[in-house]
Amino acid sequence: MKASLTLGKVTNFLGLGFFITLKDLFTGKLEKEEFKNFLRKTIVPLVSILLFIGLWHLGAKSLYNIEAKFKIEKALQDQGQVAADALKTCMVSGESSCQPNTLPSPSQVWNSFQSLLRDHNIISADKAAFIEKTAAMNEKRVAAGKAAIVYTGRPSFVDQVFTSLQTVFAGFLLALLIAVPLGIFIGLSPNLKSAFNWFIQIFKPVSPVVWYLLVFMIVKTLLIGSTEDSSFTISFISVGLCSMWATLVNTAMGVSTVDKDYINVAKVLKLGTFQKIFKVVLPSSLPLIFTGLKITLSVAWMVLIAIELLAQSPGLGLFVWEEFQNGANDSNAKIIVAMFAIGIIGFLLDRLMLMIQNWVSFDKTDAI
Amino acid sequence: MSTITKKEARDGIFPSSDVMLDLKDLKKVYPTPKGDYVVLEDLNLQIKKEEFVTIIGHSGCGKTTMLSMIAGLNPISGGSISVLSKHIKGPGPDRGVIFQSPSLMPWMTSLQNVMLGVNQVFPDATKKEREDVAKYYLQKVGLEDAFYKKASELSQGMQQRVGIARAFAIKPKVLLLDEPFGMLDSLTRGELQDILIEIWNKEKITAVMITHDVDEAIFLADRVVMMTSGPSAKIGDVLDINFERPRTRKSVLEHDDYYTYRKHLIDFLEH
Repeated sequence: MKASLTLGKVTNFLGLGFFITLKDLFTGKLEKEEFKNFLRKTIVPLVSILLFIGLWHLGAKSLYNIEAKFKIEKALQDQGQVAADALKTCMVSGESSCQPNTLPSPSQVWNSFQSLLRDHNIISADKAAFIEKTAAMNEKRVAAGKAAIVYTGRPSFVDQVFTSLQTVFAGFLLALLIAVPLGIFIGLSPNLKSAFNWFIQIFKPVSPVVWYLLVFMIVKTLLIGSTEDSSFTISFISVGLCSMWATLVNTAMGVSTVDKDYINVAKVLKLGTFQKIFKVVLPSSLPLIFTGLKITLSVAWMVLIAIELLAQSPGLGLFVWEEFQNGANDSNAKIIVAMFAIGIIGFLLDRLMLMIQNWVSFDKTDAI
Repeated sequence: MSTITKKEARDGIFPSSDVMLDLKDLKKVYPTPKGDYVVLEDLNLQIKKEEFVTIIGHSGCGKTTMLSMIAGLNPISGGSISVLSKHIKGPGPDRGVIFQSPSLMPWMTSLQNVMLGVNQVFPDATKKEREDVAKYYLQKVGLEDAFYKKASELSQGMQQRVGIARAFAIKPKVLLLDEPFGMLDSLTRGELQDILIEIWNKEKITAVMITHDVDEAIFLADRVVMMTSGPSAKIGDVLDINFERPRTRKSVLEHDDYYTYRKHLIDFLEH
């Protein structure tokens, strides 16, 4: 199927249709009836976002006041009037050391976001300089059969995001490689289905934390004596095992509920088992398999944070945990930045899956 | 009403070398919690080579059950079905089926759908030869412009055309049609009847077709078989249609016997 890629098609595909109305607004192509649509699709979400930020600002402000009042009263009781007054002036002056520790306001979060980006720029400049500096030396070392010197500095926030994405994709791939073939076998054979049913029912609701511990027990023993850092292995396997169930169940269901008409056609034409699976059963269950994979990816991203946190494996989860432990005055704001990063990336991953699903699926109306 | 429908009368009315499809004492029973439910019983029918037989009867009388038993998709509870004196064992491409719904794989193009069967029946032919066969039949059903269209993009009528092409392209000994035009509007139905009969005139494949439509039954058939209402449905009556072939709709409608045949069938159905 050849289709020309236009901006309209791409944005509709991504569910970002409002971009196109925005474009039409600026190029003056907007019809009168489309204006209502434009209102609903662009203005209403914008207003709701502004409203959300406003409410957040007010909420953060009142929490700040509660916390400040409590601190000042405590100082008054414990240390007397002078100390309380000093604390009050310190707070008003904006000095960071005496700020009450509570929900950060939108502007604080925005500042933290920018400082994290600055931090990233500094770190990557540092890294580039390091690589340049060691390039000549490393060449010699490699030539002499020694290991190259690698940069071991602190990862930036952006680096953490990419590490998390790597973990999620490794886990997702593992889930896909286990759940899809297994789901096909279970769907095809009623015997396998009853053999695996109890197994699925029991393990499906197990929490990510327990999966992590289970994987930890096994991997720790398997990698005994190895000096490699196993935290990445442990976390991606845990992510995969946690998230594979939706795909497993959906694949098995898709395969076992292929339209009877198709099966009859396969029978009348006497297709072999192999042909029947690859030409009839699999293509017809693709929409369900993809629905499962979509759930798997979003579950993988959701449990990732908890698992990274436990496994001490680098990534967003560890970032959040370290900031929480750190307790610096902008730590809370950084945690909120991480929260938005997690949410937005999760949304983009979902869109990506939807795009792939639309692309491979025969039934264009099926995808939601 | 004619009484030549008893078992003794139907058995061996043709020389056995002429018989393509032979149903003997056919029985179908579905076990239910309240005891067995007999759908078909003592059903006897012989169909000649190159004969077109339509089967008519009330809904739920077991017509489709009988056809799917001939196709091998539904196990036989008693009696036997044989094609060219050989008992059938399960489904196979010697009996092509055109289903009520087109049953095309929606993710394949029309050509791929037809090729699915052709590849299976002519494994020794080259790819080009197989494609030529598939394309020939798609042309015959008027789809020369839609070889590479996805089945899901075709209208219901076009899909059923692919279904017809798929069934003829595997060159079956017997063609089984289960109300293939039942879901179409009357205009499309007429078109497809014409296409079907045109290809059939050329290929002369023995055909058994279920229909609800009395006019369709007369227009297409050499014989119309009427089934009694279930349970324990059997052949109620058989009507020979003596119009010469090739027929056109006009010549059939203008024929003196047409309304006699029509009345006979409607009397049976309303009885």
